[in-house]
Amino acid sequence: MTNGPAAPRRRGIRRSTTAGGGAWIGILPFTVYILIFLGLPLYEVVHGAFTTDAGQFTWHNFSTIFSESQYWVPLKNSLILSAWTAGVGAVFGTWLAAAVVAGKPGGMLRRVVSSGSGVLAYFAGVPLAFAFIATLGRAPGGVLTVLLKHIGVDLYAHGFNIASLFGVGLAYVYFQIPLMVILITPALEGLRPQWQEAAQSLGASRVRYLRHVAVPVMAPAFIGSLLILFGNALSAYATALALVGAAIPLVPASINDAINGNVLVNEDRIALALGVEMILIVMVIMVGYWLVQRRARRWLQ
Amino acid sequence: MFTRNRRAPGRSTKVRFGVPAVGVMAVAACSLGISSAANAGINWSSVKSAAAGGGLPALVKAAKAEKTLNVIALPPTWANYGKEISAFHKKYGIKVVSFNPDGTSAEEIQALKQDKGRSSEPDAVDVGESFTAAPDPSLFAAYKVLTWKNIPAAAKDSNGDWYNDYGGYISFGCDMTVVKTCPTTWKALEGSQYKGDVTLNGAIGEAAAATDAVYAAALNTGGSLTNVQPGISFFNTLKSDGNFAATDCNAPAVIEAHQCPILINWDYLNSAKSYGLPASFAAHWKVVDPTGKDFAGYYVQAISKYAPHPAAARLWEEFLYSTQGQNIWLSGGARPIELPAMVKAKTENKTAYNALPKVTGTPALPTVSQSANAGKTIAAAFAAS
Amino acid sequence: MSIGPSGPGGVGVQALLGELEEAPTPQQPTRRRGRPRIWRVVILTAAVIFFLGPLIASAKYSLIQQNGKYGFNNYSQILSNGDLRRSLFTSLEIAGLTAFIVVSLMLPTVVLVRLRMPKLTLLLEGVTILPIVVPPIVIASGLAQLQGSAPSWMITLWFNHPLTALTPIYVVLAMPFSYRAIDTGVRAIDLRTLVDASRSLGASWFSTMVRVILPNVETAVLGAAFLTIALCLGEVVIATIMLYITLPVELIQVGALNPGVSVALSVLSILFVFLLLFLLSFLAGRRRGSTSVRVI
Repeated sequence: MTNGPAAPRRRGIRRSTTAGGGAWIGILPFTVYILIFLGLPLYEVVHGAFTTDAGQFTWHNFSTIFSESQYWVPLKNSLILSAWTAGVGAVFGTWLAAAVVAGKPGGMLRRVVSSGSGVLAYFAGVPLAFAFIATLGRAPGGVLTVLLKHIGVDLYAHGFNIASLFGVGLAYVYFQIPLMVILITPALEGLRPQWQEAAQSLGASRVRYLRHVAVPVMAPAFIGSLLILFGNALSAYATALALVGAAIPLVPASINDAINGNVLVNEDRIALALGVEMILIVMVIMVGYWLVQRRARRWLQ
Repeated sequence: MFTRNRRAPGRSTKVRFGVPAVGVMAVAACSLGISSAANAGINWSSVKSAAAGGGLPALVKAAKAEKTLNVIALPPTWANYGKEISAFHKKYGIKVVSFNPDGTSAEEIQALKQDKGRSSEPDAVDVGESFTAAPDPSLFAAYKVLTWKNIPAAAKDSNGDWYNDYGGYISFGCDMTVVKTCPTTWKALEGSQYKGDVTLNGAIGEAAAATDAVYAAALNTGGSLTNVQPGISFFNTLKSDGNFAATDCNAPAVIEAHQCPILINWDYLNSAKSYGLPASFAAHWKVVDPTGKDFAGYYVQAISKYAPHPAAARLWEEFLYSTQGQNIWLSGGARPIELPAMVKAKTENKTAYNALPKVTGTPALPTVSQSANAGKTIAAAFAAS
Repeated sequence: MSIGPSGPGGVGVQALLGELEEAPTPQQPTRRRGRPRIWRVVILTAAVIFFLGPLIASAKYSLIQQNGKYGFNNYSQILSNGDLRRSLFTSLEIAGLTAFIVVSLMLPTVVLVRLRMPKLTLLLEGVTILPIVVPPIVIASGLAQLQGSAPSWMITLWFNHPLTALTPIYVVLAMPFSYRAIDTGVRAIDLRTLVDASRSLGASWFSTMVRVILPNVETAVLGAAFLTIALCLGEVVIATIMLYITLPVELIQVGALNPGVSVALSVLSILFVFLLLFLLSFLAGRRRGSTSVRVI
């Protein structure tokens, strides 16, 4: 724990270094809010997943989703799709953010990119799907497809199809990157050039900076944002619906089918169990993240 | 013709709830624009016919006092619903609030279940037939329109919970800039020249049009109204052969972008006009009713049991089943349920009637229970795989 | 002299090592101001192509009018639509309130946890990531079930109005991104030193939060606010299922008229939200240089 600069010890400082009751009161509004507005709906979900319509406890919903292949395939697809779009989004987003942050602070580029990222991070669903269809859809609809055909490259003949999971992934990357830009920019802005120069003057090479300085410091922010991107892709649905609507093998689609189709096939509790499954996946990843962080912290000392 | 059925007010023997008709009229006239339940002398939520509420004028008055009508999942270009809504508004001055126009029948039923007490709960719904076998205690309020007897017996619930409104035949819509020939039979869809071409409107099991496409395929691949398995296999084969394209052709923009080379949909929906497509696209769009067994599907109207505007809901139904309302559907290319009766009475819109898509072959019309069972089987088979 | 890790006193080697350099950019040679940075140009150009390309391709369809010719008919149809005004106000109200609540809840919590209760960090992260993992349709379903079993006074007072009904849910939906943005911003400053200094000078917690911490995490807070506003102006799943007429919901209805209009609408909404956020970015005032710390 760092000590403050050599300032006279006063009541103020002593109070600020101990975890007093004041802190708990400070986070009370947040805690209460979460309990009501996140806790209650989640309770409904979890409770519903573990009970039958008559109100009795049951494992049935979970045994179904973990044993039937109709639920395994979407799970596998969702995990793969979310992982690669999160990875691509995180890496390219960081590069883009770095390119912007290296410019003039407060300049036009910074403003345009931050506003644009805010908009595009939420640009999803039918408009996004349509934008990709208009670009990479089957000829004669896709502008880029047609252009490439003119120069002899026939995408669709080579097996590409925008109405596929890969196409959905491309569309996801479109909002993952801006999201990453927004999330990682504050961390990048906190990097101070003098530190690089100072470290350089201490004789360390560039690679050593990256390894011992930049990466460890950026790591929590990077990995935390990566996690967000993963969760974001995992629960995204509207874009996939618009692109491959008639046959999507993804978990949110299973959930939607189960919830909406339940007027015909009584499956809404399966949907809730699937929702719990998604929460479990992310919890598992969070634990992994925490373990990595602990190690990184030891490494930093 | 229906006007002759109007009961004269004051024939209190027709009023079922023991409230004197005169008192009803007076109180209805004084009721303000709040939910009529508590304030008016008559509770329109439990009124089962216009007569029971004191006649059509009483209904009109009460509906006008409610000022608003909530509808759901009614795209303006679907069977000319835009015109239905604007004509209704013009005639009675009631504001029609249209929620979730792209919604599916499943979402409509969910809204009825979940939005009791909300001011935006749908007052009436228009759902696919397979959705009327709702497992809950009925979400619908029984009501018989003035033209009740013009609706065939097989097309309505004897209690008045629901009633068919309009229908059409499953057809193929072809984007001639992408496909060279438009298939005219179901078997032709399996042709190798149609790789990645066959598309649907919505997801099977959720949207009535998509579910009924499977039903229609069943009839033409060896199945029957009670055996839909061949249809399920047919679509699975299309998928494994690569002929089926996963693109959801619900959004007309996607059709305009040439992503729906062969679109299976109701014939009244499959026209370039009803998709709102520009003239340049319409010139290359062709609609074909495939030969063989023609699958006819009708949609169903029902009033919500907990409608926030019960009088307006009932007036809306009266309007839809009036000659005017039925003809508006007819001019949208759909076949209104009272069409046979109207043709007999010569009240149908002749131009629209003649413009209906020509149907060859033998029409097949499932009963409600057949529809419901088929829907369940199909939905289960295609659930998220 | 800046109050920061390079300040006087034994701040420790950790702080020095904690000095960060420019982002992980392996291609970058020794930096010197004024030299054209090729990597920046390459990345920015690629970004422009990747992000503007699909939008332009979309826009092409928005320019195809009903009569088949190219023109701005679809746009004029939208702009002359007066009904949108009401839902626009509704959505802006919701967006403003949501952003305010999100920042007011998250900033103190993040600061306090980091300062006093670091062990709670993992729990906090876990909780704030939950809303993003649960698909909106499940949340909408849970919410609808709550509504179904709610007493009628609650329905009349609470669920009937989008401002009261949607805002609390949107706050929750906005949490994952906002938490991450604010957390990153708070990590990037020397929180303890700032707080210690401020408190030792006699400032109250509230003052410290608003006048010392907030200005230094401006980018992060603004990012969180932007994301929240964009969320509120674009969220349709829950609003549609719960039968509220907000701007994005109404836009879909207008778009139902014809496909050209619906595409024109998405182009217009992007432009509108972009402009809104762009203008808001000027509220942040001058971006601070990376060495100075701002205090109001």
